[in-house]
Amino acid sequence: MLLRKAPDLTYADVTPKSLYLDRRKFLRGMGIAGAAALAGARLWDLASPRTSAFAATKFSGLIKSPFSTTEKQNTYDDVTHYNNFYEFGTDKSDPSKNAQKFQTAPWTVSVEGAVKKPRQFTLDEILKLAPLEERIYRHRCVEAWSIVVPWIGYSFSALAKAVEPTPKARYVAFESYYDPRQMPWGKYAGIDFPYVEGLRLDEAMNPLALLCVGMYGESLPNQDGAPVRMVLPWKYGFKSAKSLVKIRFTEKQPPTTWNRMASNEYGFYANVNPKVDHPRWSQAKERRLGEFFKRETLMFNGYGEQVASMYNGMDLRKNY
Amino acid sequence: MRALFTSKWTKVVVFLLCLMPLASLGWRALHNDLSANPIEFITHATGDWTLRFLLITLAITPLRKILRLPDLIRFRRMLGLFAFFYACLHFTTYIWLDKFFDLAEMWKDVAKRRYITVGFTAFVLLIPLASTSTAGWIRRLGGRRWQQLHRLIYISAVCGVIHYYWLVKSAVLRPLTYAAILAVLLLWRLATKYWPQPRPATVELPPKPQRAQA
Repeated sequence: MLLRKAPDLTYADVTPKSLYLDRRKFLRGMGIAGAAALAGARLWDLASPRTSAFAATKFSGLIKSPFSTTEKQNTYDDVTHYNNFYEFGTDKSDPSKNAQKFQTAPWTVSVEGAVKKPRQFTLDEILKLAPLEERIYRHRCVEAWSIVVPWIGYSFSALAKAVEPTPKARYVAFESYYDPRQMPWGKYAGIDFPYVEGLRLDEAMNPLALLCVGMYGESLPNQDGAPVRMVLPWKYGFKSAKSLVKIRFTEKQPPTTWNRMASNEYGFYANVNPKVDHPRWSQAKERRLGEFFKRETLMFNGYGEQVASMYNGMDLRKNY
Repeated sequence: MRALFTSKWTKVVVFLLCLMPLASLGWRALHNDLSANPIEFITHATGDWTLRFLLITLAITPLRKILRLPDLIRFRRMLGLFAFFYACLHFTTYIWLDKFFDLAEMWKDVAKRRYITVGFTAFVLLIPLASTSTAGWIRRLGGRRWQQLHRLIYISAVCGVIHYYWLVKSAVLRPLTYAAILAVLLLWRLATKYWPQPRPATVELPPKPQRAQA
């Protein structure tokens, strides 16, 4: 027989009547505790290990570029877990999590506008259009942090020459992919999508302007703008549009996303310039990721030799 | 339930809970998990928790009334001091890790950058509140004056939320969420002050037994 009288229960163990009558309040308290537990679980989730990147294509036989810096490169982990890619969320850690399932194959880039040979390029065609180079560039964000990345690609001019811009072409507009179903976070980013950027034709044809398909010897991870993006090392990072689907040669200066959002803060040129502050913060210094102390920001991010002549006679305070 | 709120152990538990955000930062620091930009991460985390503790502190009075849990008052000072604690950490991160104690540079920032001006204001306003948080100061100032002084927390919280709103590039959703919560907490105070209080639900009392005539 298992039924036994509990020997040690006395009248003192009976729940006091006041507590018994207060049980609903207690349950309400439990509700609050439950919410706190959920918040705790979320914190735990945030503290859990990072998701690993998917398998990438390795590139071999890359040409070393004379434009490369010898500065210490940032770690792959830094460059893939600290991203501004607002379609996938506005926190730096969002894109590495939210872009994992982003479909980048098949991929085509439409090159159109004031060109003699408008056409669609498949990613494969882009990869074979010119020999791939490794270019180790400094990359300076408008938010005053910077990284050094070994990008892979070739000068954008190679693509431009393939479509033969007409004399009417004075600017180039870049458009990023946008699909609200794959990028539901974009709704909360506070900027309009698709993301658009632009350059003057001579800027786009500058050999430093890189059409980029990879980094660290591999294809681009989703969160870094897969499968093809621009890299413009003398300009603030937001000028380098990611995940390109359309490139249009135009007669007029094209609208650009951040400039449309706040023209007093983000100019069309957005050349790195330590002397022209962002209205809300200084651009004189930057924090290189991985370094404790801030370092001085260089004019044109240190690429003046290659690009300064394009801006001769321009007031860079007005054309920020 | 009441016992839960009056037990001294609850206070200890709440105190330890309030230290969790700091513990989390310490844990992440130990495990090299403060993102690629640790200083920014710490700045954002301490700033976020300052705002959260300010809002929690401001939620105590409405919750006491709405949930009829007057004992919640026991936690208000502690929560307010934790808001100040995280504000100090936030400010220290800025002055030490961002400006490296370059006071001239800091003053230039405070004067020139409106989000820093308003954030600095929010921080400075908390100092008198933290320093007069003891029973002795309540006595010295007198309850009424003490209470008037401590209404500065409203301005501080508003400045804190504006500070956050002004510093983001475009992602206004989170600062607006803080703003909405703060608005509810402040409007509740206005509403209960200026609108007539609904009468407490009256219970039909049984008629008093008539005393027998002498």
